[in-house]
Amino acid sequence: MSLDVMIVDDSAAIRKILHRVLIQADVPLGKVIEAGDGQEALDKLKSAMVGLILSDINMPNMDGLQLLGALKTQETTKSIPIIMVTTEGSSAKVMEAVSLGASGYVRKPFTAEQIKEKLAGLI
Amino acid sequence: MTHEKLVGMIRQATKDVFSTMLGIDLQDHPEYLGVSAPGPSEGVLAIVGLAGAWAGSGSFSCSALMAQKISGQLLMQEYAAIDDEVLDAIGEVTNMVLGNVKTVLEEELGPMGLSIPTVIYGRNFTTRSVGKSQWTIVPFDCLGEVVEVHLCLEPGKELSAKISVAQQQVPAILTMLS
Repeated sequence: MSLDVMIVDDSAAIRKILHRVLIQADVPLGKVIEAGDGQEALDKLKSAMVGLILSDINMPNMDGLQLLGALKTQETTKSIPIIMVTTEGSSAKVMEAVSLGASGYVRKPFTAEQIKEKLAGLI
Repeated sequence: MTHEKLVGMIRQATKDVFSTMLGIDLQDHPEYLGVSAPGPSEGVLAIVGLAGAWAGSGSFSCSALMAQKISGQLLMQEYAAIDDEVLDAIGEVTNMVLGNVKTVLEEELGPMGLSIPTVIYGRNFTTRSVGKSQWTIVPFDCLGEVVEVHLCLEPGKELSAKISVAQQQVPAILTMLS
């Protein structure tokens, strides 16, 4: 069974790298939907549901924590596992993400192994 | 926050990003202090802003050819010219380097915000920061060329005002004590 994934990051480079890592991790990928910020992600999720979201925090328009908060309060999206992939490394940000319902937290720079480890517990 | 501490943070963060994401081992060049010097006059320059109790700017700069090589390493493909993907990749490298410096700074200076990177590419441009701030400039040897990380950090307005008040009070306190 394939897994549809959404990658949310304002950097096209990071979206490309994460897509490659998902393939390397042997994730049974279905559709991969990309979004450049939290608002674009919310808009795209109105017409396409996914089974996993990888999201940056520091983005324009709507940041990753706002996106996380919005998704966890909606009935249709609250059960989607969300992994934060970000340069924000302070314990305060990690705690905030966890309290909002993040399933995992990976700091940039990351290795493919770190992403695989986080995915292993979720899929 | 001392120049020496900033140099240590910048070296660690930059080497971590380059070795983990690009597979490149950077070599140290001697660091130095500069005035109003966020970058070179040609090539690619990415700048981010830092804000909090302390505030300032940080930048990463390199030649156009090096920007293509770095992007190639990051995205595993070759770039024959500077395009949007190269500029985006250099912006993200800068975001990761200075984002990691910010994380270490926050342990001492409290929460800080990091702006979205601005990336500039061209020839014969001039960059300067307003004021007479001193920049910590940390060069590295990267695949035979020099790349540089610059950082300028000063107490923010609120903190400066408190320091100023404290400095004014010191002579009065000393007079009272004597």
